[in-house]
Amino acid sequence: MIAIVDYGVGNLFSLQSSLKSIGADVTVTGDPTVLRASDKILLPGVGAFGDAAEKLRENGLDQVVISEARNGKPLMGICLGMQLLFEEGEEYGIHPGLGLVPGRVVSMKGVVPSDYKIPHIGWNHLIFPENRGGRCSSEKSPIFKYIENGDCVYFVHSFYATDCRESVIADTEYGALLTAAVQKDNVFGCQFHPEKSGQVGLSILKAFCEL
Amino acid sequence: MITKRIIPCLDVKNGRVVKGVNFQGLADVSSPVELGKYYSDNGADELVFYDITASAEGRRLFTDILTEVARTIFIPLTVGGGINTVDDFDRVLKCGADKVSVNSGAIRNPSLIAEAAKKYGDQCVVLSVDAKRVDGHYCVFAKGGRENTGMDALEWIKKGISLGAGEIVLNSIDTDGVKKGFDLEMLQAVCDISPVPVIASGGAGCIEDFVQLFETIPTVDAGLAASIFHFGEVKIADLKAELKRNNINVR
Repeated sequence: MIAIVDYGVGNLFSLQSSLKSIGADVTVTGDPTVLRASDKILLPGVGAFGDAAEKLRENGLDQVVISEARNGKPLMGICLGMQLLFEEGEEYGIHPGLGLVPGRVVSMKGVVPSDYKIPHIGWNHLIFPENRGGRCSSEKSPIFKYIENGDCVYFVHSFYATDCRESVIADTEYGALLTAAVQKDNVFGCQFHPEKSGQVGLSILKAFCEL
Repeated sequence: MITKRIIPCLDVKNGRVVKGVNFQGLADVSSPVELGKYYSDNGADELVFYDITASAEGRRLFTDILTEVARTIFIPLTVGGGINTVDDFDRVLKCGADKVSVNSGAIRNPSLIAEAAKKYGDQCVVLSVDAKRVDGHYCVFAKGGRENTGMDALEWIKKGISLGAGEIVLNSIDTDGVKKGFDLEMLQAVCDISPVPVIASGGAGCIEDFVQLFETIPTVDAGLAASIFHFGEVKIADLKAELKRNNINVR
């Protein structure tokens, strides 16, 4: 069973529908017992980093997610949920994240050229590291097994993860290279919305479900 | 690099798609759910559902159908029509919409934009503007293009963005329905002042009109149309292939 963490942040309807459409056994829950009993955990989220991190802590769910991930359970963060996986976020002050992936989350202001619109909204291409030069991993991440370099996914964000090069499994280009997805062992994160990214997004969720 | 978006728009009245649709292979051509899925499966980058229902009963039907559409499609979904309060935002967002488009409701009460942006984020609020040339100015029209508000369209758009609108849909009444191409002059004027994405609407009659739109105005983000898609005059797959041939970045 796949558990979507419900901690009062954002609309979980689309994510739940997309998982049902690929035949996954999915539960939306804020109950630590159910999260511990699940096979995989999805951490969604929209809004501001500090508020979301606080809500997760208020419910004590941060410790559940951390301990389950450290025990090897596959975990995927989506959008703000991906950003929360890092050590800290610099949105309206500096806030601690879950610290499951090394790196931090900063504004794309000053990184993308000034004539680029922020937030970065829309369909953009995934660039796998082996097609980028630099650190070369010959094998693509297991969550990308059904998709190809260059496939498009749907983004809505103003902040992005940095200082996380060794975990990057895909970037996207928006006047600068922005982190699109990360993996550290059994912990995965997608800056984009797989549940809004058509067939490509569903294929990523399917691959995660099959881990 | 971010891609240019192609967006079909569906008018829904009392739970059914109006304006006529002409597709082969669909069991029920006026079912919003079937049509939404058809577009989602055939390359549309986003869908707009516009509720033109007047009655409260029709509106309840719309929200039921919206829930069903949102369950079926996995691309972004924008909903407009009859959005006058933050409660209206809440109603359609709970059904699975990603963005909400405001028009007359924001003209009557501009603070609606600010309240909704504060609650749901700028990216959720789309300001839809119907504009027409009057005495050499672009004027904002309300009530589905029937009433001249006397407001300058460029000033209204600037104000809407400062209040928190995250995206602009510009529908030129001058070119709407004429099918001779988008209103490039008006769109250029809006793109020049808008720091947020601009969606072109009104006037597309053929594939070439979209090529011309994106070639003439590189800063425009998306092209929206209704009947040419519904009647199969332009197939989204053909349109995307032609845009690619012209080196316009599409999904």
